[in-house]
Amino acid sequence: MAIMLKRMTLIIPNLIGVIIVTFLLTRALPGDPAAYFAGPAATKESVEQIRKSLGLDKPLIVQFGSYVSELAHGNLGTSLTTGQPVLTEIKNRLPASAELTLFGLILSIVIAVPLGILAAVKQGSWIDHTCRIVATAGVSLPVFFTGLLLVYVFYYILGWSPAPLGRLDVFASAPTQITGFYLIDSLVTGNWSAFRSSLNQLLLPGLTLCIFSLAPIARMTRASMLTVLSSEFIRTARASGLDSRTVIITYAFRNAMLPVVTTLGMVFSFLLGANVLVEKVFAWPGIGSYAVEALISSDFAPVQGFVLTMAILYVALNLLIDLLYGVIDPRVRLEA
Amino acid sequence: MTEITTIAPAPVATAATPASAPAPKVENNSIFRHALYVVSENPVTGLSFGLFLLIALCALFGPYIVPFDPLASDTAAALSPPSWKHWFGTDQLGRDIFSRVIVATRLDFIIAITSVALVFALGGFAGIAAGFFLGWTDRIVGRISDTIMAFPLFVLAMGIVAALGNTVTNIVIATAIINFPLYVRVARAEANVRREAGFVQAARLSGNSDFRILFGHILPNIMPIMMVQISLTMGYAILNAAGLSFIGLGVRAPTPEWGIMVAEGAANIISGEWWIALFPGLALMIAVFTFNLLGDGLRDLVDPQRRT
Repeated sequence: MAIMLKRMTLIIPNLIGVIIVTFLLTRALPGDPAAYFAGPAATKESVEQIRKSLGLDKPLIVQFGSYVSELAHGNLGTSLTTGQPVLTEIKNRLPASAELTLFGLILSIVIAVPLGILAAVKQGSWIDHTCRIVATAGVSLPVFFTGLLLVYVFYYILGWSPAPLGRLDVFASAPTQITGFYLIDSLVTGNWSAFRSSLNQLLLPGLTLCIFSLAPIARMTRASMLTVLSSEFIRTARASGLDSRTVIITYAFRNAMLPVVTTLGMVFSFLLGANVLVEKVFAWPGIGSYAVEALISSDFAPVQGFVLTMAILYVALNLLIDLLYGVIDPRVRLEA
Repeated sequence: MTEITTIAPAPVATAATPASAPAPKVENNSIFRHALYVVSENPVTGLSFGLFLLIALCALFGPYIVPFDPLASDTAAALSPPSWKHWFGTDQLGRDIFSRVIVATRLDFIIAITSVALVFALGGFAGIAAGFFLGWTDRIVGRISDTIMAFPLFVLAMGIVAALGNTVTNIVIATAIINFPLYVRVARAEANVRREAGFVQAARLSGNSDFRILFGHILPNIMPIMMVQISLTMGYAILNAAGLSFIGLGVRAPTPEWGIMVAEGAANIISGEWWIALFPGLALMIAVFTFNLLGDGLRDLVDPQRRT
């Protein structure tokens, strides 16, 4: 509990930095924001009036104060195109993005970690070479390009996948909302047709994100396993006659996990960005495509809300990773 | 690649990594020989140098050698698959994709180079200053890069471009800003190691000012490692810029650019016209791949200890 509090206080400067940066981004709007919000047909007086009502005539520090208090009340502004409060829209769309990102990440961990372990255990074998090729290719592939390739192969040529248009095919209806994750909701309510439909839609975008994040995880697992496997305690364990399965899984892997978990933080940073591109390719109704639509129509409130939400999510994820350290390695707990 | 580690590094190798020793004067001739050695030992690095030359040539001479005008549309030949006349096929307006892919090299290259040069100047300087002066400088630089790192990087780039305005210049600036922490980290660590090195102390004792030591003594010494960083981030800069233009930021429609060309072809993928998106995507992939391999190769060149 004490560590948790300590870690919590550590993220506060980060959060303050994030809020200052997003505030500066709102004030750096090209041209005069008041004239922008007033529209092209506005007179001089109405622009002045809007400037007053937006508080843009006050000093920057006062503006920052009111920005923070708006945030504290959960007010992220209103989208100009849809007329909806940004917070509501983000709340409605977040589960779609989260489901996609987590699905991709879990898929990636399930493939990359065993691949990395095998590559380290059988160094120089074909598994090792596969691992290296996957790692190099994965880093160089633009994520939107991978997505399009998968669509072409699995939708157009093979016809295995449904059209890349959203979370459900046109005939299925959404499961009753519980968590907002269609896979979980449909399982809980026993809605098999919705489950199958949403899984089908999720597979390709999930696979795209998986391929994207495979490389760093596999590479780090391999490197960290190699370091651990060459250490003394592994030799001792082997010499004591433990079977190699116990040595690799219980002894080596547990010790090799820490750097892998550290890499997860970086992977998340890339994943949250890649998510935007994947959502655009697959017309996925998440917060990424919401932000992209807003960007194209120069509707800034949703973009700022999106950047802020992503940053806060990312800070929270890093906190979670910090806490995971303590679970994996008790020494970290003692130091804290 | 395991065979490389077993071979003893070339004699110059130890001289090329001044960890704490004063920078020895390495003759150009032996650097060249060492480069040849690394290239011949690792054919992949050789390949990446070759690809790099090809990309550089396309960027320099692309617009003069392509068979078609990249902007000229020919609606009669729209959406034709790859053929002898149009090597990569044509898009929905009948523009030749081969010409567009080649011509686009220059723009993508310029975006990546300028953003990397910008971040090298800013991040590199801030980093060595932080590592050398420590104290307040270090704390301020560290806080700035921590704040940048607190954002998912691509998302921050989107936000910056949205706030500053939707232009190519702002894509360059955004790409530079999100790479800032990487440069700071490397430059800071390298400068900090050399802070108390013998040659720095000698320079200080002979009455050099702090800035002279920074630019005349420390910067030249960390240049090789910064070059590796530049090559590795070039690939990332290209990906980032292409990603931004894929979602419709920065580069505007008729201009040939890889990211936007993939975006234009995205709609046609579902109807089976694969060539519109495939070729610019492949060009993008090859470019990023080249810079990543080149970075690894350069690292072998300047830092044999970290050879994989």
